[in-house]
Amino acid sequence: MNTSIDYLAVVPDVAGRGAISAWGLLRLRQHLEKGLPLTARPYQTLAEQTGLTEREVITAVDQWQAQGLIKRMGLVVKHRTLGYTANAMVVWDIPDAWVGSAAEAISSAPFVTLCYQRPRQLPDWRYNLFCMIHGVDRQRVLAQLESLVASAHLKKFPHSVLFSTKAYRQCGGRYVSHD
Amino acid sequence: MKLDNTDKQLINLYQRNLPVCERPFQEMAQQLDIPESEVIDRLQSLQNHQVISRVGPVFEHHRAGASILAAVAAPTEQLDLVAARINRAPGVNHNYAREHTYNLWFVMTAPDEDTLDERLDELEHQLRLPMLRLPMVRQYHIDLGFDIDWEALA
Repeated sequence: MNTSIDYLAVVPDVAGRGAISAWGLLRLRQHLEKGLPLTARPYQTLAEQTGLTEREVITAVDQWQAQGLIKRMGLVVKHRTLGYTANAMVVWDIPDAWVGSAAEAISSAPFVTLCYQRPRQLPDWRYNLFCMIHGVDRQRVLAQLESLVASAHLKKFPHSVLFSTKAYRQCGGRYVSHD
Repeated sequence: MKLDNTDKQLINLYQRNLPVCERPFQEMAQQLDIPESEVIDRLQSLQNHQVISRVGPVFEHHRAGASILAAVAAPTEQLDLVAARINRAPGVNHNYAREHTYNLWFVMTAPDEDTLDERLDELEHQLRLPMLRLPMVRQYHIDLGFDIDWEALA
């Protein structure tokens, strides 16, 4: 296990009790990756599982959220089960100087769920901006993409649409579990 | 699973901003005007039916270890086989077939960059296929959940 991961540096000081056990935080992180226990007092349940107190668990979650280590707390929807069967990764070849403004425009579309810049791998891979569109069906996704190309003035940039045809694995990232 | 309006409301309201307090489900129950135990039962049922994978935190991967998007171009007739081999590699948490010459796309994670590189080298060696390695340079949009278009689904 790697103890230099920065969340371990996040050892909040709970009023009057000193710092929280780093091992407790590591265990908390492992348990939280599996989701909140569905009990009336989930943070108390986590406290029992990790050897921390309920107050310490809540403080740690609050701080991780404030620091951006936790992006959001909420229901993690499986879009495929709901009927969002079309999933397109759209990749763009944008001149480096313009990639920031193009990314901002793409990100502001409500149906875009992710937008990342990644390195080109020439000559095999020319694209440097990636976004994800989840949709109910292919036609709808393509229509959304078309409206995005028009509204964000992206027509002159080469892009490619990679629809997914099969999910072989889809699960949350686990960094501190034992693999 | 057939979702009723209360299930949909739970999904609409709580993909983010789940209360962090001693009795979070009670706070949600008050908002929805149903008993706390019903919130818990509904969440359990949504989870059992794979409508949601879990309730709780989505961690920022890039601040919690190393991760990379990678792709290989597998011969079409070997797609399932290669995908299974990728899934057996440690730290693979997403793996999709996509319509492109590079037809298998996966995300691999590791506690640190060195371990990640070693795992990728090992996998590339096993597969004997050209591999694209596309680490994130910059993130412009984070996953905050998105509004479900219930009408389009109906």
